[in-house]
Amino acid sequence: MAQVDRGWRTARGRRRWVLPAAVVGAYAFLYAPILWLALLSFNDSRSVSTFTGFSLRWYAELLADRQVLDALWLTVRLAASTALVAAVLGTLAAWALRRPFRGRGLWSAVLAMPLVVPEVVLGVSLLAFFVKLAGVPLGFGALLAAHVTFSLSFVVIVVRARLAGLDPRLEEAAADLGAGPLTRWRTVTLPVLWPAIGAGAAFAFVLSFDDVVTSSYLSGVGGTPLPVLVYGQASRRGVSPEIVALSTSMVVLSTVLLVVAVLVMARRARHLDR
Amino acid sequence: MGGMTRGGTGRSLAGWAALAPAGLWLGAFFVVPVALVAQYSFATRDLGIARVVLPWTLDAYRLALDPAVLPIFWRTAAYSLSATLACLVIGLPLAWFVARHAGRWRLVLLGAVLVPFWASHLARVYAWKALLAEDGPVNRVLGLVGLDRPGGLLLTDAAVVVGLTYGYLPFMVLPLYVVCRRFDPRLLEASYDLGHGRFGTFFRVVLPGLAPGVVAGSLLVLVPSVGDFVTPALLGGVNQLTFGGVIDDQFRGGNNWPLGSALAVLLLATVAVLWVARGRRAREVL
Repeated sequence: MAQVDRGWRTARGRRRWVLPAAVVGAYAFLYAPILWLALLSFNDSRSVSTFTGFSLRWYAELLADRQVLDALWLTVRLAASTALVAAVLGTLAAWALRRPFRGRGLWSAVLAMPLVVPEVVLGVSLLAFFVKLAGVPLGFGALLAAHVTFSLSFVVIVVRARLAGLDPRLEEAAADLGAGPLTRWRTVTLPVLWPAIGAGAAFAFVLSFDDVVTSSYLSGVGGTPLPVLVYGQASRRGVSPEIVALSTSMVVLSTVLLVVAVLVMARRARHLDR
Repeated sequence: MGGMTRGGTGRSLAGWAALAPAGLWLGAFFVVPVALVAQYSFATRDLGIARVVLPWTLDAYRLALDPAVLPIFWRTAAYSLSATLACLVIGLPLAWFVARHAGRWRLVLLGAVLVPFWASHLARVYAWKALLAEDGPVNRVLGLVGLDRPGGLLLTDAAVVVGLTYGYLPFMVLPLYVVCRRFDPRLLEASYDLGHGRFGTFFRVVLPGLAPGVVAGSLLVLVPSVGDFVTPALLGGVNQLTFGGVIDDQFRGGNNWPLGSALAVLLLATVAVLWVARGRRAREVL
């Protein structure tokens, strides 16, 4: 890359610091609030501006708060179910769209639509649908319906991108060798698609895990996801330090997962080089 | 099946069976609910449990297009366009650097863009609330140059735009990253050889080359920020009410479902126009 970009670099000459400075600024913007949160989570007092000392009390209170833990458990189950359903439906749909056919444009548009519908519109529409038309009580089922709807498009996009890179002759070769449709899927298509399906499912999980707006219309009795619970508290008296502690834990966990993923990939790459 | 794997144009049973679950799901939980709201936008308000009753009128639209609502419309447009522009200004150098200059650190740096978004959206907004408060760090730094303001930056337009920018930045960075990866560096050399300077090269070669990602990213930031009522509610004040907030009020507090539905339909129509107008090349990315 450095070789090819030489023209760009020399032309920029002494202004070479502009791009790195902008990048450092962008990461500072991304991480300043997160680091602030992390600091607050270890603060001894409830204050958001003065540090009175280091303490783990908010983490301890988090682990003791039944209401928050129940909501967290519901949120995790919901996010896992959303990821699973969206991954299955999205992968099948993406596979069906891999070749041109009449109506493919329309189907692609329909599958991408939830992506560009503001959440508030989806939320109120599903509220009206479940309350007035379906007569289904709000809660887990309604939440799952909503979350799969807005995360499906992401799975379709990611898996379609991967399928575009799949040589169709692989499937044809498998067919010529006598593999039936299911065998072809299992031995040729799926192995290529796994990383994309995993990425799509991870995206669906995060979207579901963090959703406030849509969920706030569809939460039922005994079925309130964590973000909705937090929003209720936050609009009255600010986010509690426990939630700050929980968010900090989530960021640390995702950083660890990212590092592990990178190490695994680096190892695999070294393996392939040999 | 044969027709499909051999590259025929005919649909096969397997193809339809693969498409059916997603199609049925979106039909039931997306198309029907949105159609229902579209229908309600023509209904009459009912203060009782029914919420909407006949007769069908255009009253809700008359109310929605009332001149009194216009400032909210403009404010929402100003917030979401400012946030989109800010995301572009921050995201473009970031995506370009990560895609083209990060070498083997590429995926790590791309992942590092996403890590902060594992903290709950609300906690992130709340972090900004603390940062922008009267005794928060931002106001203190501004105080050093005499730009601090009593009450901090909270409840201002700037606070809402900062919150929206922060909330949706990754949606800008990811499509930009895709187009930056694809960009052919020989175009840069060609541009310099033809005598363009840095600015000429940026505006005539780089930006047009990245246009599909710019359009896709802008849509992905613009749409959620138009509908977001949580960020304005937490960082802004009563003077920062946005379009999404008005819709929310009609369904939650105000109990005027027909008006809320009419506003939702107007919002959806605006988004649909943007979506259709996004251009053919942007469709490669989104």
